[in-house]
Amino acid sequence: MKRLISVLLENEPGSLSRVVGLFSQRGYNIDSLSVAPTEDTTLSRLTLTTVGDDHTIEQITKQLNKLIDVVKVIDLSEGVHIERELMLLKVKASGAARAEIKRCVDIFRGQIVDVGPTTYVVQIMGESAKLDAFIEALGDAVILEVVRTGVCGLMRGEKSLKI
Amino acid sequence: MELLSGGEILIRALSDAKVKHLWGYPGGAALHIYDAIFRQDNLSHILMRHEQAAVHAADAYSRATGEVGAALVTSGPGATNAITGIATAYMDSIPLVVISAQVPQEKIGEDAFQEIDMIGVSRPTVKHSYMVKRPEDIAETIAKAFYIASTGRPGPVVVDVPKDVTDPNNKVAYKFPEKVKLRSYQPTTRGHSGQIKRAVNLLMSAKRPVIYSGGGVVLGNASEQLRALARRLNYPVTNTLMGLGAFPGTDRQFVGMLGMHGTFEANTAMHHADVILAVGARFDDRVTNATDRFCPSAKIIHIDVDPSSIAKTVRADIPIVGPCDVVLGDMLDQIQQADLQTDESAIGEWWQQIDEWRARHGIYTESRYEPSTADNIKPQDVIKTLHKVTKGEAYVASDVGQHQMFAAQYYLFDKPRQWLNSGGLGTMGFGLPAAMGAQMAHPDATVVCVTGEGSIQMCIQELAACTQHQLPVKIIILNNQALGMVKQWQDMQYGSRYSHVLYEDSLPDFVKLAEAYGHVGMKVTQYDELESRMEECFAMKDRVVIMDISVDHHEHVYPMHVAPGSMRDMWLSKTERT
Repeated sequence: MKRLISVLLENEPGSLSRVVGLFSQRGYNIDSLSVAPTEDTTLSRLTLTTVGDDHTIEQITKQLNKLIDVVKVIDLSEGVHIERELMLLKVKASGAARAEIKRCVDIFRGQIVDVGPTTYVVQIMGESAKLDAFIEALGDAVILEVVRTGVCGLMRGEKSLKI
Repeated sequence: MELLSGGEILIRALSDAKVKHLWGYPGGAALHIYDAIFRQDNLSHILMRHEQAAVHAADAYSRATGEVGAALVTSGPGATNAITGIATAYMDSIPLVVISAQVPQEKIGEDAFQEIDMIGVSRPTVKHSYMVKRPEDIAETIAKAFYIASTGRPGPVVVDVPKDVTDPNNKVAYKFPEKVKLRSYQPTTRGHSGQIKRAVNLLMSAKRPVIYSGGGVVLGNASEQLRALARRLNYPVTNTLMGLGAFPGTDRQFVGMLGMHGTFEANTAMHHADVILAVGARFDDRVTNATDRFCPSAKIIHIDVDPSSIAKTVRADIPIVGPCDVVLGDMLDQIQQADLQTDESAIGEWWQQIDEWRARHGIYTESRYEPSTADNIKPQDVIKTLHKVTKGEAYVASDVGQHQMFAAQYYLFDKPRQWLNSGGLGTMGFGLPAAMGAQMAHPDATVVCVTGEGSIQMCIQELAACTQHQLPVKIIILNNQALGMVKQWQDMQYGSRYSHVLYEDSLPDFVKLAEAYGHVGMKVTQYDELESRMEECFAMKDRVVIMDISVDHHEHVYPMHVAPGSMRDMWLSKTERT
């Protein structure tokens, strides 16, 4: 089962490598990872998606908590939450396909952020599943390049991950 | 305020962190630090002959005292040599601070001479690590390192110090912080009272209980609480390899070590138990055998200071996160205050059953192994003789292999911190430097290294450091002319195809080798002289003695778990199994 884990981390050199190292060392997967400093620049917020059964996820959160640089860990998928991912795609866009792609981008509420004579760069934002669906809708034939930010997420409501 | 260089600050901070002995080996990047050591006398530096051994000795110093061990190595190869030692300490949760020198900061990343990314290389083997970037940060970093190493679940901390940070020409103010606080690190100090209450209720209702205690009880100084609780309950106690000594080995309630080479009575009792109180133990694969067949009817209470140890391999019914001494103390208080009673008749029957197992296949029954004959000494008899000659009071360090298991089974440790071995990583070469660490900690005590002719050759260079620092350890080699444990597995699983475990033609003459280092060497081949020669050995209080004892070449360690199987599935000898 896919899980979204959010970590508040000391913004120290090497702290990211401890998190990433933990996953490879103990044989856990990271499907996506995003990390950046928070409003308090001594802290970074790291969000990762991983796949595992309850026992594996329990161990992952315990092992993350054990890292000295980790301040807090939360499994966002345990409760109601918002998740977002941003994707940029470069697509072949010439002839009749140009209008077709434009329509598809509109349906997915995306934007065309760069227009070339034979290409578009498209920006799509949403849950990972929506991004996957957009890729499928366009089809491999027109896609030249894809880059995704990895997922970030927050709990709904008043609860927040703070120190 | 006093102005000191980074090198001076480092050494001063180590002594302010109560380090008395620093085990190490110098080198280019560590020169400023070594100069600072030369110009002070607060702490003594012990020059070893290899960085691995320096870390093992610091580690064993900690194991034997409960204090934090400290080691100092240079950059590059000094740092990588230390890794085996650090990993050994990590696997056994030993509090240790290892200072590694580093090339100057402006050279980092340029593949400079003797440069290695120590933070990166050591990462999976440390509890935490720091690189110090300014001399002003040294004192605080050292204080944090000692705090992290010694609290919660202990472990090694590496502090990497670039050479420019220790520059003698750059002097800054020195102040050692009185208190350390880390917002991201707050180890648990008490167990959850509701969980403790539930655990006590379950424990009191048990009909076939076993107390399964591990290295955490030794490290957490909870031996006294364990003994008090066990006695109040009159429940059987088994210790893991790392937990030996936490409960007295000679006590009636002690059923021996459990696990792969545990006793028949301990493993069988575990299998049939209805309640298991696991304390400071981690359900390691060398204990549990197949986890899906582990103790099918047991409800498990698991006390550990590290939440990630709980339910890692075996589910706990009542998990309690907290220090072993505090949690056991709270349990005992509850039992005493409410004057709770155990089910005495059930416990009586349980003891009857255990005593019957003990009498049938117990580790200390006469028929457990073929007795020694005139010229065929059994390794088990060597350990029994060692126990007798040293009155069970020696600090025993061991290497890894058959001799380690024989020592664990037959030297009945009555006190915690008496038994020093690499249980988690299984590091051959640990024994001799470990004995040196223990001897430094307890100069007047008898310290023995029980080893094999294979293991001893992995850190044998330290015989020279024993001379230099007057560490009169006694080295007992169970010499079976082969890498015995590997050979045992080859016997049992590979049709006795002895792939690369034999080397009899190339073994050194250990007597001459001892003499070459200025020590005493003895060779024993006859059973009837074993005890008298051993008496002679231990009478030489201020000498290092190597006793090269020829033991049966074909002996196996039993019991041995049949894998995969349950706790009770064991080979009891080459021909009998449960």
